[in-house]
Amino acid sequence: MTAYLAQRLSIAIVTLLVASLVVFAVLEVLPGDPARLMLGINATPDAVEALREQMGLNHPLPVRYFNWIGGLTTLDFGRSYTYSVPVIDLITERISVSLPLALISLLLSVAIAIPVGAYAAERRGRAGDALSMSAAQVGVAIPNFWFALLLIYVFAVWLRLVPAGGFPGWSAGIWPALKALLLPAIALALPQAAILSRVTRSALIEVLGEDYIRTARAKGLPFGTVLWRHALRNALIPVLTIVGLQFSFLLAGTIIIENVFYLPGLGRLVFQAITQRDLIVVEGVVMLLVATVVVVNLLVDLSYALVDPRLRAR
Amino acid sequence: MTELSTTPAHDGFSAFLARAVASRSFVIGFVITALVALVALVSFFWTPYDVTKLVVADRMLPPSATHLFGTDQFGRDVLSMIMVGSRNSIAVALVAVGIGMGIGVPLGCLAAARGGWLDEVVMRFNDLVFAFPALLSAVMITAVFGPGAVNAIIAIGIFNIPVFARVARAGALAIWPREFILAARAAGKGKARITVEHILPNIATMLLVQGTIQFALGILAEAGLSYVGLGAQPPMPSWGRMLFDAQTRMMVMPSLALFPGLAIIVTVLGLNLLGDGVSDALDPKLRQRR
Repeated sequence: MTAYLAQRLSIAIVTLLVASLVVFAVLEVLPGDPARLMLGINATPDAVEALREQMGLNHPLPVRYFNWIGGLTTLDFGRSYTYSVPVIDLITERISVSLPLALISLLLSVAIAIPVGAYAAERRGRAGDALSMSAAQVGVAIPNFWFALLLIYVFAVWLRLVPAGGFPGWSAGIWPALKALLLPAIALALPQAAILSRVTRSALIEVLGEDYIRTARAKGLPFGTVLWRHALRNALIPVLTIVGLQFSFLLAGTIIIENVFYLPGLGRLVFQAITQRDLIVVEGVVMLLVATVVVVNLLVDLSYALVDPRLRAR
Repeated sequence: MTELSTTPAHDGFSAFLARAVASRSFVIGFVITALVALVALVSFFWTPYDVTKLVVADRMLPPSATHLFGTDQFGRDVLSMIMVGSRNSIAVALVAVGIGMGIGVPLGCLAAARGGWLDEVVMRFNDLVFAFPALLSAVMITAVFGPGAVNAIIAIGIFNIPVFARVARAGALAIWPREFILAARAAGKGKARITVEHILPNIATMLLVQGTIQFALGILAEAGLSYVGLGAQPPMPSWGRMLFDAQTRMMVMPSLALFPGLAIIVTVLGLNLLGDGVSDALDPKLRQRR
């Protein structure tokens, strides 16, 4: 177990290091001088030069890379060129929108998918199975931003139950803030729930063919009890893998969904930063998202051991 | 020496085809996909209206007999735009799958054939690409190289590489220990030749299934990118762009957002069903579980 842990951890760290190199290299290719961009076209060459010096842009590339990466380890992401505030301040402000959004949609997708998948597995081959899996098939095909438009039309324009977009901030109270995140979360969750319910169903059906399930049935346990108590726990490994993968989809999905709903989250921040050539912000947010994906996948790998005691021995 | 090289994949092709035709998913998926492809082809020489012509007098018409899906804010026929837009979606997704297969499959086969450190390097490269949320990187790539259909293709294609590398490697690893490979090696064939003559034909269907899945994902990704303005640029119609334009006019005319969305859903659904059908036919045991 310790060896496994050490191996997984070192792979995660190497992945992060290489990822940081890639992000740095890709964004250095971008045309445009950030100092000139900040000062505008009327700035004197001297002023631009002074600012370049101040921003550390005159150092050779490797030095700038190590300065940047050194800063990252102490959560110093540098200063935004356009907002003139530390990037970490921007990130903490925006993450208070994106993280709850991603988590709510993850919860929603699990809460929908596991019962639906289990129901379909329970009724395998019958009408309920066919119906729920056809619905899942359609759900997978729906683009989340189109579903978002549909939700806006029905719940915001037509029924006027929730706002069509924008975010009042958590200071406006939990309920108004949650209300603003509800539609985006549903839009993000639906396609993921569709995928997850299919995975849950096929994992359950696989497990239901095992010997110990037959034993449990043979000792007289009702099918429902066997399914929910014995089979579901063992079917969780593939389900967990997909949940882990989904988290990165959800985080990336916020880029588009936050644009649909005009939510001031990380996705919108990175999008705006790219159009404004605010590289340091882009680098910071991208690295944060990549790190989140790497850590979540690591946690998923480790959680296998918790779910399946057979893996703990390794 | 050729008598040693009978590959099971070829023996079972007619049986595979028979199973495919018997699969409901395959038939429905095939019909939908063929129809979408046909619409895209027809759009090259015929659309109900010219999509480049702006008719101000016909702005924002609701669906009717003259304009089946209505018209947009410039008086362009929505049906014609959807027809022309299908070209863009198909082209982007298809080339992106081509990039993924063209680079990913050789990488995966190489990793499986050579093993050792090379295998390790390929797999770690895969982990690295998977660590970047695909959409985020697509936004990054189009930001660096500028928005447009070509850069959208590159952005989506890069993320197809590890997917195909993984599938090809897993498939190849399962074939290598088989007896007919041993026979081929005994006959003196090299690893490269065995890969081309025996491994590839045996994993081809598997790759095809993955191809339809990535094709469908590519269409969704392209729609997303053009929705945020990073895909095909106007005046080239694209489904994602049409949805973006529809958003602000949704209160006046919801049908503007309805039809491009349905076009995406139907296309993706068709491809996914086709993929399901092929994999059903490939593995009848799997089919019973579905």
